[in-house]
Parts: sequence; C-alpha cells; structure tokens
Amino acid sequence: MTEMKHTLVALVADRPGVLNRVASLFRRRGFNIDSIAVGHTEQKGVSRMTIVVTGDMAMVEQVRKQLDKVIDVIKLSNITDESTVDRELALIKVKSTPETRSEIMQIVDIFRANIVDVAPESLTVEVTGDEEKVNSLFNLLRDFGIKEMACTGRLAMTRGTPSP
Amino acid sequence: MNLTGAQIVCESLVKEGVEVIFGFPGGSLLPLYDTFAQYPQLRHILVRHEQGAAHAADGYARATGRVGVCLATSGPGATNLVTGLANAYLDSSPVIALTGQVARPFIGKDAFQEIDITGITLPITKHNYIVLSAADMARVFKEAFHIATTGRLGTVLIDLPRDVLTEEAEFQYPTKVNLPGYKPVLRGHPTQIKKAVQLIGQAERPVIISGRGVIISRAYDELKELAEKAQIPVVTTLLGISSFPENHVLSLGMLGMHGMAYANMAISNADLIISIGMRFDDRATAVVSGFAPLASVIHIDIDPAEIGKNVRVDVPIVGDVRNVLREINKQATAQTHIDWVRQLDQWRQEHPSTDIRGGEDLLPQYVIRSICEVTDSDAIIVTGVGQHQMWSAQHFCYKKPNSLISSGGLGTMGFELPAAMGAKVGCPDETVWCIAGDGGFQMTMQELGTIAQERTAVKIAIMNNGYLGMVRQWQDLFYGRRYVATPLSGPDFLKIAEAYGIPGLRVKNRREVIPAIERAMEHDGPFLIDFLIEPEENVYPMVPPGAALVDIIEEPKRETVASDPTSIVSNL
Repeated sequence: MTEMKHTLVALVADRPGVLNRVASLFRRRGFNIDSIAVGHTEQKGVSRMTIVVTGDMAMVEQVRKQLDKVIDVIKLSNITDESTVDRELALIKVKSTPETRSEIMQIVDIFRANIVDVAPESLTVEVTGDEEKVNSLFNLLRDFGIKEMACTGRLAMTRGTPSP
Repeated sequence: MNLTGAQIVCESLVKEGVEVIFGFPGGSLLPLYDTFAQYPQLRHILVRHEQGAAHAADGYARATGRVGVCLATSGPGATNLVTGLANAYLDSSPVIALTGQVARPFIGKDAFQEIDITGITLPITKHNYIVLSAADMARVFKEAFHIATTGRLGTVLIDLPRDVLTEEAEFQYPTKVNLPGYKPVLRGHPTQIKKAVQLIGQAERPVIISGRGVIISRAYDELKELAEKAQIPVVTTLLGISSFPENHVLSLGMLGMHGMAYANMAISNADLIISIGMRFDDRATAVVSGFAPLASVIHIDIDPAEIGKNVRVDVPIVGDVRNVLREINKQATAQTHIDWVRQLDQWRQEHPSTDIRGGEDLLPQYVIRSICEVTDSDAIIVTGVGQHQMWSAQHFCYKKPNSLISSGGLGTMGFELPAAMGAKVGCPDETVWCIAGDGGFQMTMQELGTIAQERTAVKIAIMNNGYLGMVRQWQDLFYGRRYVATPLSGPDFLKIAEAYGIPGLRVKNRREVIPAIERAMEHDGPFLIDFLIEPEENVYPMVPPGAALVDIIEEPKRETVASDPTSIVSNL
C-alpha cells in the first residue's frame, strides 16, 4: 500500500498531560508523527491538536482507532481527503550580506512574507502559508544559507459549514 | 459535609461496592491506613510484595467479575505494581491501583520514595489520575470505576499525594460521569448483524472462535444457542477456555500454538470464522498469512481497535458480545453441517491430542487429568505460565463457566499463587486449585505468608521438574538441546510450606497422585502438593514459531493408556 501524509484533527480535554498521552501512544505503537500543533479552541476546556502522520491506509486506520481509545480524546477526524484550509508558520533566519540583502527582500516580497528582524549578518523572515508555499520559500532561501529555522507544523480546518 | 481526602477515598470505595483491598502500607499512605480503622466494611489484606497485591486484585476481578483493588505506597511500592497492572491490562481485567505519592510541594523534585507512576503506567492503564485536590477525589473515583468496568475492561491507576489525603473538602459522591471522550459502543450495527447472519446461513464449514470477551460479557447461553442452533463447532482461545463447556459435542477445545490438532485443522479448513470476543493474538493464529486461508471472517468485539488490527475482517461488528449474539440468534435460522461435523470428528479420532501415555512416569498431564477427575471439573483452576499452563489448558475438562484463570497476554510467571489467593478471597465457596511451575512459584511464593495469615484455603499443585520447562522445551527443539540457564534448583517446597504453617505432601509416582489430591481436598485450609514430574516432558501438539496453524508437530507416537476424556461417540 502507498504511504502518504494524513492530517488528523483531535479535540481533546484540556487537562495536564494530554499531549504526553497522545505522543506516547504514537511512540509505542510505532506511528510516525510528522508534526503536531496544539492550542486552545473556542470551547473552554477543549484543546485542538492537528497531527500529520505518514503512513498507508491500514496504519492510519489503526492510528485513528487507538487515538479514539484515549479517554481525553473527545473527537477525532481524518480530514486528509476533505477540502481544507492548511496553514503553517515559519521563522527563517537567513544569512545576508549588503550584496544579497535586496535579493532576499525581493523574494520575501514575492511570497508576501515579512521581514521581522534585521541584523548586520542576517534577516529573519516570517512566512505563513500552506506547506507548499513555505517549502518553496525555504528552498529559495536555502541558497543564501539558513542560520536557524522554526516551524509550527500544520494547522488545518475544513472549509464551509462548521465542523471540527 | 467536610471530609479528609483519605475519608473520601474510603467513602468512594464503599459507594462503589468494594469489599476487599489487597495492599501494603508505607509512609505516604499512613493517613489512608489510619482512616481504614473507621471503615471495617473494607477488608484490607496485607500481602508480602506489592506484585502479589496486583495479581491478587486481578485474580479476584477475573473470578468475581467485580473490580479488584490494590494499594501500594509511593516509590518502590508503586513500581512493584507495574508487572501486575500490565498483566491485568493486557487481559482486559478490571483492576484499580491506588498508589501513595509524596506531598504536592515535593512532586517533581526527586523526593524520598517519589516516582512518576502516572508516567510509568501510561501504556498499561486505560487511564490514570493524580489527584491534586481533595475536592477532585470523589469525581476521580467515580470516573475511574466507570472506566475500569465499561467498554473493554481495563486498569486505572489513581495517584494520591500525601497532603491531599489530609486536606479537607466537601464530599458529595457524583451520580454521573462527564467523559465526553469515552462512549463505548455496546449494540452492534443492525446492517452488520444482518450481513453476519447471511454469511452464517451460507457457510458449509463454519467455526466459532470464542475468547475472553464471551466470559467477560457472560454470554455463555447466547453462545451455546448459536452453536447448537446453527450446528457450528466451537474452538476457544486460551483465555476463552470455559466460555463453552468442553464436554459439549460441538466443543473442539483450544486452538493455537499448543492447541488441539483437530481445532487447528478445523480453522485451517473452515469457510467461515465467527470470532467472538477474541483479538487474534499471535499465539492463537500462528503466522497470520497462513491463518484460515479459506475463510471469510466475522469479528465481534467491544474494542473497535482490535477489529482489523491483525487479520483482515469481512464483517466487523463492534459491540458487547452478549448483545450482539442475542441479535444474531434472533435472526439466525436452524441449520446442520453434518458432513463438516463428521469430518472434524474423524480428525479428532486420527489426531487425539489429549492421550496420555502409559507407564509409571509421573506425567504432568496425568496430574492435571486427576485433579479434573477428583474435583469433577467443579473448581477454578489458576495457572502460572509455561508448560504446566499449557497442560492445564489441554488436560482439564472445563465444564463450568469462568473456571480457568491464566495470564495470557503478558504471560507472567508468578501470577499463579497471588491470583489464586485473590480468586479464593472473591469466591470463598469455590474450590480453587493453583497449578504452579517450580520456576514461577519461586517468583511469588512469599504470598504463602498472606495465605497463612488470612487462612485462604487455596490448594496448590507444584509441577516440579527442576527446569524452566517451556524455555527448556524450545532449547530442546530449536537450540540443539543446549540447556542454558534452564536447570533450576528449588527449595524443599514442603519445608517452605511447613515453615508457613501450611501442610503438604510430596508425590513421586502415579499411584500417589489421586490419594494426594483427595487428601488436599479433604483438608480444611490451604494445602500444597509437590509433584515431582517427569523432568523432560514436552508440550504437544506444537505449532513452531513462524509456521502456520496447519504445521502441527505432534507427540511422537508411543503406547497410550488413558484416552481423551472429551471424546464423543459419534453416531451421526
């Protein structure tokens, strides 16, 4: 079976240790997490986890069922095949010299990203977008030399009428 | 009213109908133990090692169907529960572990006897709690008992910091639980049930595999009704033994690595497998690619995560076994499969897996058969892990529901003695036989102290061969008979028993077996028999690792005397 990336969204009880429960479940069952993004939701006491896993259908089905067994997991959906809005945010500290600075700024402009820090030897770029956009910018900036990068991992939400 | 955390613990236990706690005190638990004095309705049984407490709670739970409670202090007390908790978790046994913990300001500071037990037990509990305020205590207990006893049964741990036990709070025991993330499905989906009924109607060579889920759900009558109505033979997993009476004409006994040859052959030739409350563990299926190659599979289980995990399933039905079987029985039509049953009977005659060879050797199989005879199958058999466990599964005819307690998933040596103790405490009017290996017995024999102190009338049979038998068997068959670390010396078990004030007998030949068992049964109180069995006996049949269920190694043919107690005279 073919492996691909799947996006799961879990609504979990906002209790201490929930992230740990989910992460250690993945570890002991041998599932491969690409990213987890966790944060509050509009409901008090409920957090939202967006988890990206790589695997085939059978594996993802097991992931879903095992996650469902975790008492603190309230609701779980696999939104890979649905129409979604996907975003992640990255901060990229690029090496820059007086000669390369304007070229970097042009690239940043084209991507509608922002420069959030300027220093003699570097520029820090903030970019928000889907995985493809962030990866493209990253690849272009790589040639200049990347000093540091931080990425949030994917946030995803289905389009249209309210659903988790 | 305002109560201390310790009082709330006791009130909650009483509200949940707990009558027995297996435990061992320590510094962090002093406030709780002091409070026990105010609650005489909670019987505390002092064990000799916390592992014994966990296994006893497990044995108690399996025998009675109620929650088993074990209690240990912080640090080493809590970590000593881990094996027993894991064992209960893997076999879906409802055990609640209460552990002491250091006071809240000390948590996370490597304090004396502090350990992150909630972190350690994450993989072996359905859920666990650390109670950080006395005001949460009642809610936590309500939730814990609910989680342990619903859906797929399992373990819950509650960690109790010392200063929360002394803190006061308003006590009101909740009437409901609020667990939005936990909604077990109990009723099978009607469409799936219809599909199953249809497959059953069409099958020519159906087999039922019955597992522990049938016992937990107490679906004995429903299973029998289906088997008889549609004339479907029944095999069981190890933990499914005693879900279906083994003297029934449709019973084929246990399947799997050491299952009956004819049970494995039935599975391998079936065109429909109806698996009920079992999880296709590798000991039962052998190599998955070779499992039931000709069959469609109906899988009925309360845990959706088990369905499709190991084996491809054609008709999955998530639900409580009893509910689902009831619905299926309503719709299923009466049927016969005479040719199939005849074929199975023929295989049973050709591959008698439970014959015992003649001669003077004290054979373990003969000991098990004799216990069965003397008790007339009216006993609860509690085994350890190893060869003796397999012989207990094969050579005892289980007629009574829920009469075998054995560690299947984790396969924990040393389970036998404390679990037998727990079972007897829970079912004082039942005869309880602890069948132990000499290796496993030495792991938890300190619980003879508990048995002596509580005067728990467990009958103990040690299958003493001076080896770690099952490992030796594998070394014999697969490692060129290189017996590394398997010859095992033991103490004079009779002297050990005597030191604890427990009477006993030693048996060296066949003639002495039945009289010894009868003597044990007559004695009012615990009794130990040291059976010096044939040292290099192997368990047969065997499906070697990596092989399929059809690749059965049978006992090399020798002269036999005692025949299969379950053999039927077939006049179909």
